[in-house]
Amino acid sequence: MNGLDAAITQYIDPYYLRIMILLGINIILALGLNLITGVTGQLSMGHAGFMSIGAYTSAILSMQFGFSYLMALLAGAAVAAFFGFLIGIPTLRLEGDYLAMVTIGFAEIIRVFFLNFEPGGKAVGLSGIPQHTNFITVWLIALLIIALNTRLLKSRMGRAFYAIRENEIAAASTGIDTTRLKILAFTAGSFLGGLGGGLYSHYMYYINPQDFGFMKSIELLNMVILGGMGSIPGTILGSFILTLAPEMLRIVAEYRLLFYGALLVILMIFRPNGILGDVRIYDLKKRWGRKEVKTCQS
Amino acid sequence: MPVLTLEGISQEFGGLRALDGVNMVVEEGEIFGIIGPNGAGKTTLFNIITGIYVPSEGDLIFKERRINRMATHNIARLGIGRTFQNIRLFNKLSVLDNVRVGSHGISRSGFFKSLLGLPSMLREEKEIKSRAEELLELVGLYDKKMEYADNLAYGEQRRLEIARALALKPSLLLLDEPAAGMNSGEKVELMKFIEQIRQEMKLTILLVEHDMSLVMTICERIAVLDYGRKIAEGPPEEIKNDERVIQSYLGVGA
Amino acid sequence: MFWEQLLNGLTLGSTYALIALGYTMVYGIVQLINFAHGEIYMFGAFAGLILVSFFGFNLIAAMLAAMLFCMLLGILVERIAYRPLRGKSSRLSALISAIGVSIFLSTLMALMAGTNTHRYPEVIAHQSYHLGSLDLSLMQILILAVSALLMIGLQFMVQKTRIGKAMRACSQDLDASYLMGINVNRVISFTFAVGSALAAAGGVMVGVYYNAVWPYMGMMAGLKAFAAAVMGGIGSIPGAMIGGLSLGIMEIMGVAYLSSSYKDAIAFGMLILVLLIRPQGLMGQKISKKV
Ligand SMILES: Nc1ncnc2c1ncn2[C@@H]1O[C@H](COP(=O)(O)OP(=O)(O)O)[C@@H](O)[C@H]1O
Ligand SMILES: [Mg+2]
Repeated sequence: MNGLDAAITQYIDPYYLRIMILLGINIILALGLNLITGVTGQLSMGHAGFMSIGAYTSAILSMQFGFSYLMALLAGAAVAAFFGFLIGIPTLRLEGDYLAMVTIGFAEIIRVFFLNFEPGGKAVGLSGIPQHTNFITVWLIALLIIALNTRLLKSRMGRAFYAIRENEIAAASTGIDTTRLKILAFTAGSFLGGLGGGLYSHYMYYINPQDFGFMKSIELLNMVILGGMGSIPGTILGSFILTLAPEMLRIVAEYRLLFYGALLVILMIFRPNGILGDVRIYDLKKRWGRKEVKTCQS
Repeated sequence: MPVLTLEGISQEFGGLRALDGVNMVVEEGEIFGIIGPNGAGKTTLFNIITGIYVPSEGDLIFKERRINRMATHNIARLGIGRTFQNIRLFNKLSVLDNVRVGSHGISRSGFFKSLLGLPSMLREEKEIKSRAEELLELVGLYDKKMEYADNLAYGEQRRLEIARALALKPSLLLLDEPAAGMNSGEKVELMKFIEQIRQEMKLTILLVEHDMSLVMTICERIAVLDYGRKIAEGPPEEIKNDERVIQSYLGVGA
Repeated sequence: MFWEQLLNGLTLGSTYALIALGYTMVYGIVQLINFAHGEIYMFGAFAGLILVSFFGFNLIAAMLAAMLFCMLLGILVERIAYRPLRGKSSRLSALISAIGVSIFLSTLMALMAGTNTHRYPEVIAHQSYHLGSLDLSLMQILILAVSALLMIGLQFMVQKTRIGKAMRACSQDLDASYLMGINVNRVISFTFAVGSALAAAGGVMVGVYYNAVWPYMGMMAGLKAFAAAVMGGIGSIPGAMIGGLSLGIMEIMGVAYLSSSYKDAIAFGMLILVLLIRPQGLMGQKISKKV
């Protein structure tokens, strides 16, 4: 594995390598949020809060308590999941935008907490985090998460999550315990948020509470919505575009964010359900199939 | 044996008394009709039976078990399935998935089993799918199983809701205006269909419907609601000739 | 000391309320969290600043002009970024569009004015009045008076005028209002205009009072004002007023008596607490969903 990594670092330009690693991390983070918002329909605007919990927890555990990389990652994710669970219990009874507000508030509180958190270096942040995260680890984990997510969403549980998003009352009438499943989705999504945070802190070497502000949450939310709510390929595509967009937009230098903002508006006007919003492999097949039939007849 | 007993059910919304001391006993295996003008409280009654509202007063007994205050999903798991007057499908799920979700209450595989893809979960998935396909066959939607639910025509959506409710293997089925928006041919089909599933699936059916001929044809007993009160109950012939019913309801159309 | 803090809290709170009103009115009608609203407030602050510094406007004239400018800006934003989405997409895509506008506007201002903090020239005398042991600055009096005036005016408009009635009808049921022949698009434009004007007034006054205007000032103020709107019960106009005032008071009191390093957390902590106790917000109606 180390050999492989050495080979990769030798042959791939560090700039692209960095983008690919960040892409892998973003995919994990966005898939977590997708589970909460895209699939289950619970608008969360504070995903970066869970990310920061994972980032700080795992960094402190590996720096000060000698945790191995994997254990630190898992512990960070577990602590984030625990907070997701705690927050989830009372708040998931709130409807729609009230929930959104509470998630914003929670993430802000977490950020202010870390701004005042001695072991995390307060506003200065935490530096000297071992750089364990590399291309291989990120993508191994990302592929695993993608596979597990795919399996989950095709299962009884996954369908129940979608059903809650589509119509909560009808879902309950089929025997779905909507509250419990919403909490479950929130916990699992926070777990992935924490996992992504841990990967991030062990890659960046240095973290600071401002890395996990409201804009980060929004960026993650954009990834989920832009690609197509609830769809795994959509979320991956959204992560891809929004990880690359800032890089591509470097040519326009300081106008970068201006374009980014405009891009969001334009995309929503022309693809309101996200880029892959209503696209299903089944429909594509059918369309191609029909074309064949037509050419046969003509 | 009574399947469902309502004892003095009342429901208040703000100042409005949508239901007022309703008593009712539904016997096993019968098709029981509930009629009454718009706003009489029929849908509210269904919402109380399925735990969406907690009744302000009264008791609700299903198979010798008190179910008022029980959560909607637990009531469903006891075997009470329903459809909605204003259709509530999972619009952005396929027709097949709508029915598969319907069996949630009678299947087991949880979160971790699903993640790991254990054999027992895969076996259950197969069962769920084949049963869903059978039900789609039964309601004549098999060919559309991959369509999004909201792409179906209105009548098809109503049938899909019934298939979804049946996926729960209910012993009591609540149908809220299943014939709304159907033409007379479709209504005849629907009547046959309701009779068929009652026989084959050993169902007790509670039916809210505006179409008088439909109700009078297939219901063994009928209760009439008016302004939240039950003003009559009995077999169709009796209801047809009841003074108060004619005055407050049937008279309007006649 | 306590009364002094209460006064400071009321002053801050009335600016939150002015911004919160825009959120709540728009939300009440189109169920959109207008994330660009904070940026409208920021543009208002800058518009006032420019008029005062370069065109010699006095404070009140600058405020009125900034309000007018932001009305147009609000209408423009709605036209370009929200209207094309209305009816054909989920509320979440409209939300993303709003976020896009917010990023666009704050970056635009950062490009034009730089990211530094700008200061208003002295537009109002540093004069204070004594009310018993209480020190009231002229600016505080102005903020309280102007906010009160605007809120009373708003309440009058919503309750008594034709357009106000149309607004209320639209917030009850947009589709039904349309069927009844109300020009829904006009009402929505008008709502954005009014909300933006109130935010602009808030922006100018905050800019002068705290003597600081910068391109990213809209974000935190916007978040807190939204929190205030939600706390009061989103969609409710009196709710936004009460939510804004109580948030301002709680924040100032929290800083005074607890800790200033947790300033931003206090507002959100209180909000969460309120929602846990009263999920529909302070003044919100508890709606039992019809099934
Ligand atoms: N959630 C609710 N909140 C307030 N009023 C309601 C609610 N649900 C039903 N109602 C009222 O209760 C009455 C009975 O309604 P409903 O049961 O839907 O009538 P039906 O189904 O017989 O036409 C109506 O006046 C209706 O407006
Ligand atoms: Mg009804």
